[in-house]
Amino acid sequence: MRGLLHDFRNGIIPENPLLRLVLGTCPALAVSTAVMNGFWMGVAVTFVLTGSNLLISLIRGVIPARVRIPCFIVVIATFATVVDLTMNAFLPEMHRILGIFVPLIVVNCIILARAEAFASRKPALNAVADGLGMGLGFTLALVAISSIREILGTANLVVAGWPVFGAGLPFNPAQVMVMPPGAFIVFGLIIAALNLLTRRSRRPGACC
Amino acid sequence: MGLNLVAIVISAILVNNFVLMRFLGICPFLGISRRLSTAVGMGVAVIFVMTLASAITWVFQHTLLTPLGLDYLQTVVYILVIASLVQFVEMVIQKTSPALYQALGIYLPIITTNCAILGVAFINVREHYSFLESVVNGFAGGVGFTLAIVLFAGVRERLDVAETPAALQGVPIALISAGLMSVAFFGFQNLFHFLLS
Repeated sequence: MRGLLHDFRNGIIPENPLLRLVLGTCPALAVSTAVMNGFWMGVAVTFVLTGSNLLISLIRGVIPARVRIPCFIVVIATFATVVDLTMNAFLPEMHRILGIFVPLIVVNCIILARAEAFASRKPALNAVADGLGMGLGFTLALVAISSIREILGTANLVVAGWPVFGAGLPFNPAQVMVMPPGAFIVFGLIIAALNLLTRRSRRPGACC
Repeated sequence: MGLNLVAIVISAILVNNFVLMRFLGICPFLGISRRLSTAVGMGVAVIFVMTLASAITWVFQHTLLTPLGLDYLQTVVYILVIASLVQFVEMVIQKTSPALYQALGIYLPIITTNCAILGVAFINVREHYSFLESVVNGFAGGVGFTLAIVLFAGVRERLDVAETPAALQGVPIALISAGLMSVAFFGFQNLFHFLLS
């Protein structure tokens, strides 16, 4: 039980996929223009991560080591397709906003990295705990980045259709923050802030 | 027709640059931009694979998936096609041109999970591009990627010798520099208005 809790917590702060390992940067930069976009992207990635971790852990005994990467990719692509079709059916507006980044979850390195480093070596329950923890860590980081960008860029924060700050905050919105340059700058500063808080700087393993 | 192709080229390289505006291929952009020579190698490999992948995914889409009504298999088919393509290209280059393999070989395996490659295939099908338009879009997208990564490698070579606060060293300062480059590319946003007026 303590092992499971440890696996779950690992992805939230100690090895946060986005802020610590710098994995999954493409969707993090692209869809973090508004907090709801970031939230739903996080949910989608969490689902694919947990599902593929579980399935890969269950079949880890039968996959030959030499062809394991193609096998992982097929499993991940299947779950990415499930998310793509489900979002298209139930959240068509969000599906349109997230665009090609929903099917592109398949090449999100967090998922392949966890399959290779964790799920293919550990029992199913631990793999699920790891998937949920990593997914939650990714979602929290994405929500943090996207709320900062939305507040600075629009002087408001719209959560589930409701503006949190009513008529808006009393400053002129800096539109550049909801445009591509803002993504790079906010993401960089958040990583720097986390480095400063925990007095630890890591070298990058940057990938999609 | 010709004007359309020119528009696609300008859009993919400058106005909607794959890396700085569309956020595709951030992985190698941050990971392999430490030195100018490796950045050039990676860029050429990406141009090559992106052009081929655009062509081959178009063929799969329009001869297999659409006629058979299997559109929901798009993601699975595309990633498998791209992974096999990269593997195949690697083997062919290794056999036929050892010199080229020396130059590009190490970059090819990482290209499979580069979202710019899969991304361009999705963009081609969503924009309903013809075969020629798809190939041109793939090639120009690769050129845009190369332009961004080569410029960025130049910036990073200078950053290495600059004094940066400890917390900003590595990824954070690289991201902030990329943000400034992205601001510079905003200058191209109105290029179409300018050219058409």
